[in-house]
Amino acid sequence: MPVTTLDGHQIHVNDEGFLTDPNEWDDSLATVLAAQIGITLTDAHWKAIRFLRKDFEEQGETATLRRVATVGGVPIKELFALFPQKPAKKMAYISGLPKPQGCV
Amino acid sequence: MKRLLVLGAGTAGTMIVNKLRRRLAATDWHITVVDRDDVHPYQPGYLFLPFGTYKPEQVSRSRHAFLPDGVDFVIGEVDRVDGAADLVTLTDGRTLAYDYLVIASGTSPRPDQTPGMLGSEWRRSIFDFFTFDGAQALASALKEFDHGRLVVHITDMPIKCPVAPLEFTFLADSWLRKRGIRDRVELVYVTPLPGAFTKPIASAHLGSMLDERKIHVESDFLVEHIDNEKKMLVSFDEREVPFDLLVTIPLNMGADFVARSGLGNELNYIPVDRHTLQSKQFANIFAVGDSSDIPTSKAGSVAHFSVEIFVDNFLQLIQGRPMTGAFDGHANCFIESGDHKGLLIDFNYDTEPLPGAYPLPLVGPMGLLKETRANHLGKLAFRWIYWNVLLPGRWMPLPAHMSMIGKKNPNRTENLIT
Ligand SMILES: Cc1cc2nc3c(=O)[nH]c(=O)nc-3n(C[C@H](O)[C@H](O)[C@H](O)COP(=O)(O)OP(=O)(O)OC[C@H]3O[C@@H](n4cnc5c(N)ncnc54)[C@H](O)[C@@H]3O)c2cc1C
Repeated sequence: MPVTTLDGHQIHVNDEGFLTDPNEWDDSLATVLAAQIGITLTDAHWKAIRFLRKDFEEQGETATLRRVATVGGVPIKELFALFPQKPAKKMAYISGLPKPQGCV
Repeated sequence: MKRLLVLGAGTAGTMIVNKLRRRLAATDWHITVVDRDDVHPYQPGYLFLPFGTYKPEQVSRSRHAFLPDGVDFVIGEVDRVDGAADLVTLTDGRTLAYDYLVIASGTSPRPDQTPGMLGSEWRRSIFDFFTFDGAQALASALKEFDHGRLVVHITDMPIKCPVAPLEFTFLADSWLRKRGIRDRVELVYVTPLPGAFTKPIASAHLGSMLDERKIHVESDFLVEHIDNEKKMLVSFDEREVPFDLLVTIPLNMGADFVARSGLGNELNYIPVDRHTLQSKQFANIFAVGDSSDIPTSKAGSVAHFSVEIFVDNFLQLIQGRPMTGAFDGHANCFIESGDHKGLLIDFNYDTEPLPGAYPLPLVGPMGLLKETRANHLGKLAFRWIYWNVLLPGRWMPLPAHMSMIGKKNPNRTENLIT
């Protein structure tokens, strides 16, 4: 696993740039990761990110869009507006979590 | 007397009661299985109904014909499981108590979950083939269809038999060519995934097969609603895909009683240990087959391989021993590709579908991830195997765990997220 330094944060990432250790993540890293993909975090983004982090801690898996909507209370339509084009992937990336299982 | 209760007499439930009835003494164990009716469908056959390859009578049998003596078959609709009281209630008020419960209630298409899907165009220009009625209605519609945009669409993952929509697309292409009208039809494949399939190597392979057939792929498309007036799919990010004939795979969801019982996730799938299929909430409840949340395909082959592991584990559990079997997520699926050919893919939790041979590594006779006639014949033979070997729980010469021998993993690189 490559080690990389982003804005002073030393992190382990996979070949797609996703963090491989969720514990290396913190709020300031989220802001940096978001900037990497052209997103400026607002409160609305944070609501989704906080849910993703908490849900991952409890379930051991990255929540799907439908789960963020039904359990986390952020409608899918809004997720597409916040994290354009590939919301599931982008949310996971910014939250320092594995890419959601593209269920087989 | 101990009581084992199984909810659902489909693929997994039927195999389980057959295998366990042989292994549990009739003097010690009562086995009961519940289903809402006495018609056991051969679901893989639904793929062929729209093209007239199978006749309706070839895809169903009575459930009780596959249930062994010494198993009580209760026909009724499950209303609720009370996991704390070890009690199941049916909608007509009957109750069934258990010591161990296996939930094998599968998953089903839910067109009601997408606004507009059940609108005025449903079964006029919008069809599904994941139900018997849908597949039959689609057969009539296809007969009338001779030009325009044919759109094949997946609402969201996971779905059972995730390769079925691809197969339908390949078969439709081949069928249109045979009728000499392929050039009057625009074929479009609309998917919420970034490509043709979930895993990179198979996705690239299947993607190029779509290209070769001039099938346009609309990827990363998550439908928000269907506009019946304009006959188009509209996505959450406001893309539009018009259709003349839409063949959709509606959202798949586990049984509603799972949700009512507080046992499910947001899609009514039951969270279980992925290696033992034991419920994370109740140690005497298992979910086998499509009803669980394990991260592998929802498929009959998975039900089969996991039942083998489950049965041995269950016998250990009731003797007070630790369960030593660990399911690896093994799945293998035939993919019909049209013109009497097919592919086969073989994979598990950790290893994506790779080229190679099956079931004998290096020998075959089936080729993995390549189009051959043997694979097509394998798919057709599967119907006989399903009724005569699989459901009765007879021994099959297929290992439950996946083999890596002879598989090739071409070097792969994935793009950085953009
Ligand atoms: C079009 C299509 C093609 C497919 N092709 C393939 C293929 O090629 N290869 C492959 O391996 N798999 C294939 N599959 C998938 C395969 O059919 C399923 O994965 C398999 O049947 C799952 O078994 P199961 O026992 O979990 O669920 P099912 O066999 O669906 O059984 C669930 C049972 O539970 C019952 N039930 C549910 N709720 C209740 C309730 N409330 N009360 C009473 N009873 C209830 C249902 O009536 C049903 O009988 C295909 C599926 C489809 C739709």
